[in-house]
Amino acid sequence: MCVLLISGKSKEAEIKRINKELANIRSKFKGDKALDGYSKKKYVCKLLFIFLLGHDIDFGHMEAVNLLSSNRYTEKQIGYLFISVLVNSNSELIRLINNAIKNDLASRNPTFMGLALHCIANVGSREMAEAFAGEIPKILVAGDTMDSVKQSAALCLLRLYRTSPDLVPMGDWTSRVVHLLNDQHLGVVTAATSLITTLAQKNPEEFKTSVSLAVSRLSRIVTSASTDLQDYTYYFVPAPWLSVKLLRLLQCYPPPEDPAVRGRLTECLETILNKAQEPPKSKKVQHSNAKNAVLFEAISLIIHHDSEPNLLVRACNQLGQFLQHRETNLRYLALESMCTLASSEFSHEAVKTHIETVINALKTERDVSVRQRAVDLLYAMCDRSNAQQIVAEMLNYLETADYSIREEIVLKVAILAEKYAVDYTWYVDTILNLIRIAGDYVSEEVWYRVIQIVINRDDVQGYAAKTVFEALQAPACHENLVKVGGYILGEFGNLIAGDPRSSPLIQFNLLHSKFHLCSVPTRALLLSTYIKFVNLFPEIKTTIQDVLRSDSQLKNADVELQQRAVEYLRLSTIASTDILATVLEEMPPFPERESSILAKLKKKKGPGTVTDLEEIKKERSSDMNGSAEPTSVNASAVSTPSPSADLLGLGAAPLTNSAPPPSSSGSLLVDVFSDSASAVAPLAPGSDDNFASPDLASSEVVSEEPADTVHDADELFHKFVCKNNGVLFENQLLQIGLKSEFRQNLGRMFIFYGNKTSTQFLNFTPTVICSDDLQSSLNLQTKPVDPTVDGGAQVQQVVNIECVSDFMEAPILNIQFRYGGTFQNLSVKLPITLNKFFQPTEMSSQDFFQRWKQLSNPKQEVQNIFKAKHPMDAEITKAKIIGFGSALLEEVDPNPANFVGAGIIHTKTTQIGCLLRLEPNLQAQMYRLTLRTSKEAVSQRLCELLSEQF
Amino acid sequence: HRASGTWVLRAVHPRVLALASLQAEEVQQQIIRETFHLVLKRDDHICNFLECGSLFGGSDYKLIYRHYATLYFVFCVDSSESELGILDLIQVFVETLDKCFENVCELDLIFHMDKVHHILQEVVIGGMVLETNMNEIVAQVEAQSKLEKAEGGLSAAPSRAVSAVKNINLPEIPRNINIGDINIKVPNLSQFM
Repeated sequence: MCVLLISGKSKEAEIKRINKELANIRSKFKGDKALDGYSKKKYVCKLLFIFLLGHDIDFGHMEAVNLLSSNRYTEKQIGYLFISVLVNSNSELIRLINNAIKNDLASRNPTFMGLALHCIANVGSREMAEAFAGEIPKILVAGDTMDSVKQSAALCLLRLYRTSPDLVPMGDWTSRVVHLLNDQHLGVVTAATSLITTLAQKNPEEFKTSVSLAVSRLSRIVTSASTDLQDYTYYFVPAPWLSVKLLRLLQCYPPPEDPAVRGRLTECLETILNKAQEPPKSKKVQHSNAKNAVLFEAISLIIHHDSEPNLLVRACNQLGQFLQHRETNLRYLALESMCTLASSEFSHEAVKTHIETVINALKTERDVSVRQRAVDLLYAMCDRSNAQQIVAEMLNYLETADYSIREEIVLKVAILAEKYAVDYTWYVDTILNLIRIAGDYVSEEVWYRVIQIVINRDDVQGYAAKTVFEALQAPACHENLVKVGGYILGEFGNLIAGDPRSSPLIQFNLLHSKFHLCSVPTRALLLSTYIKFVNLFPEIKTTIQDVLRSDSQLKNADVELQQRAVEYLRLSTIASTDILATVLEEMPPFPERESSILAKLKKKKGPGTVTDLEEIKKERSSDMNGSAEPTSVNASAVSTPSPSADLLGLGAAPLTNSAPPPSSSGSLLVDVFSDSASAVAPLAPGSDDNFASPDLASSEVVSEEPADTVHDADELFHKFVCKNNGVLFENQLLQIGLKSEFRQNLGRMFIFYGNKTSTQFLNFTPTVICSDDLQSSLNLQTKPVDPTVDGGAQVQQVVNIECVSDFMEAPILNIQFRYGGTFQNLSVKLPITLNKFFQPTEMSSQDFFQRWKQLSNPKQEVQNIFKAKHPMDAEITKAKIIGFGSALLEEVDPNPANFVGAGIIHTKTTQIGCLLRLEPNLQAQMYRLTLRTSKEAVSQRLCELLSEQF
Repeated sequence: HRASGTWVLRAVHPRVLALASLQAEEVQQQIIRETFHLVLKRDDHICNFLECGSLFGGSDYKLIYRHYATLYFVFCVDSSESELGILDLIQVFVETLDKCFENVCELDLIFHMDKVHHILQEVVIGGMVLETNMNEIVAQVEAQSKLEKAEGGLSAAPSRAVSAVKNINLPEIPRNINIGDINIKVPNLSQFM
């Protein structure tokens, strides 16, 4: 995009003048006299200029299009220029323009072809792709095409591939494009390399042969005396642009397998590294720029291959030199490249040697983008040996860091401190420091995490209590510190209560002195801390009751605070010490999952950037620190493919006998793990369980399911008619997920049973039951599962399915197990339905209606008219019909609002052809569904199943 | 900061560009304004790359600019381009302008915007680098001029049209711009990657 900025001193005068001119041009275009080419061109050009001055132009397009068909170069050129600038991709003029372009492409006149190709590349719309994506490859590989046209054609194709990849067909031309890498004209090679690089990313197999060609081309450039390439030598560097492009292309592939090619490439890379050490051939910045552009790209390739330790270390040393270069650009790029280098096991140590330089950069660089890169690099090079130093430096920097990057630094510090903590007192200190220095930037994930870690590690609990107590002494402390302090003292305040300086009453008074300055969620948390104190320190019970009883609590305008005050007060008065001790027991350890902070950083940085690095680092550090590792539950879930995300979504709500109301404002801990399985009873200071009456607090009761009722999960059952994966059943104890696939008359279903509690299930026995009728038409085979399911664990069961003949009912899945002291028994319908054995059939309108007529026997047709249960969205309807298993036939029904489908039901004994037609009536919000099959029962069943879907 | 005329060559991955061109002028103008604020406040000795905000398509994109006297040349590229390579490309473009106009100055860029555009078209089309060899570019441009002259008689066309525009009699040939109140238009020219 080009921008031209112009402004006169008197804007009004300019506008007046231009409006006059526009009126003039308009009258010329509308005038009776036909304009000659020259005048047309003149006025179109004026319009263009006025547009560039910043005024709206809403006419003249037709005149510009007319210019395209002129035989004069100058007229054509202005026409194309106008169109590239002013016609957007939606214009209806596109058709006319396409015609003109088509003529120019066929003209064999290289200048005209060039203009046309440039126009296609600049506009790049889908319409243009539809019109020309087939034509351009031919021009590109034709033997008699001029070099300059080839160049334009290659880039034009690249542009179309980028906007509409589906419209650019691969084919014979691909191999001939690869051979353009051998072309004599370096401009053609450059353009072709750009094209191939992009195509190869999506179709690596198709363009595999480009690797050896690219290597030999690169080798010829790198080893040539700079004069060989004459015009393409740029400030004494031979063809730098092409070298960069070739090195980029090679980064689409792993190191070459052919040893000869590989050797040649290594030689090239070594030569490039060697040249960097030679004295410059020119003092001009262009010379060093071009040389270093190639060098950086070579280093990227070395890092990408990550296979030659020798090269990696040399690359690292080279980047080390750049870190101290006087050119800011080079320092920036060196920091950036080194970041990726740090994750290679071969060069990680070499990168670490530059730590002092990088820290120095953090302190002295004037440019925030460079400092940002330095932070990234410190994060990447961090390991156990230098974590304390790096974290300290980052904290240091945080005090003066730019606001734009503070949150990211906070997350990084929090992650490093956790990952490399040997001594958890250091970790606690670091996080409290973080809150002190940059409290506003400490997100919930960070302080949730410190609490999880303190709760899970009893060696640090006393220290944490002491430290937060001391930190809270500061006259002004950040609210996040009050939250952490409140939570930790509520859990572990007793560990420091022996010291008279931090006696229970002093602890309480300290917290309560902050109470009125805090926001509602923090105050809610503090109230929970107080009730925990009632249990920890009976000696201050009355003090706390007085506070809870005060009007400012009991009559607080905020419902959440009021409710807590009322319930806690009641709990502290009525409940016996034993019950209090049970309800207010210390929080159980949190299940170990991936750090939520890491997840947040990944989200912030976008996928890909952090992940790779983290994965590698995780592997490297796995033996040192288990705490950041996912548990086996998680690991096993990760290995199952996509739909398992659903299956792991075990509810996060705390478990009490009455279903807790959906958590709202005060649910401070619920989100800690994205898929938290936090179970059971003890009251977390942050959780907002509602105690309707104290006796309910006696926790851990789960009512037994009546053994003989099948779960009324019809709604869930019907959801599975049109899909194969998801959650079939869920209660407070157990979640059942499904994943299934069907082919012809066979199928396989994976059932996942997830234990949502932290207690083992014993004698766990799921059974699939078929009624007598069903047994003859459906064969099901299952394997027994392990009778013990650990808390938080998931087990899997496979059901092999064979459909013998058509059937009506669904099998029942019965599950029995012991949880705690109680026997559990539940049954759900297993969604194996007749439509699962559908194979879609495509057919023409004529065929469809012919068959439709053949099935006109009244017994073969079943019709149902019903009210829409969901919004009547055509796209959703289509998706459901396809999900149902039949083919969705377009342009068959004369009324385009109707949906028509066809398919064959496969059973072992027979195949049944099915036709269906769904007619929506938007006004009445009704549907009419008609099924015709050769068998009445099948029509009946399919109609029943499908009617439930809309 | 005062710059009297700025060429911003914006180079974007077509995806983003498609978006930009769909959302039309407001967004485009916002992009330009943002670019100004980002680039103009930087002094000369810090690096020539800066990461752009979400307006430019997120963290994968960088602004790469070069500063010549009163002109800034700004490219916006995604991570598939070499940063130093783009700096070179800007240099090639400027040197080519210099050759074609014999000591290029801002007014050349303003009054021969069609020619400048054609030169740019020889370097970059549809957001992709077409040619990096200056002699080749100049040769192409000269071939075009020859064609224009051959068709002559009637024309030396664009230049006449341009002089016609000149005679529209703008109150004064613009020299200084005040970025604050200017109405900026971003024509959807070559989109660059």
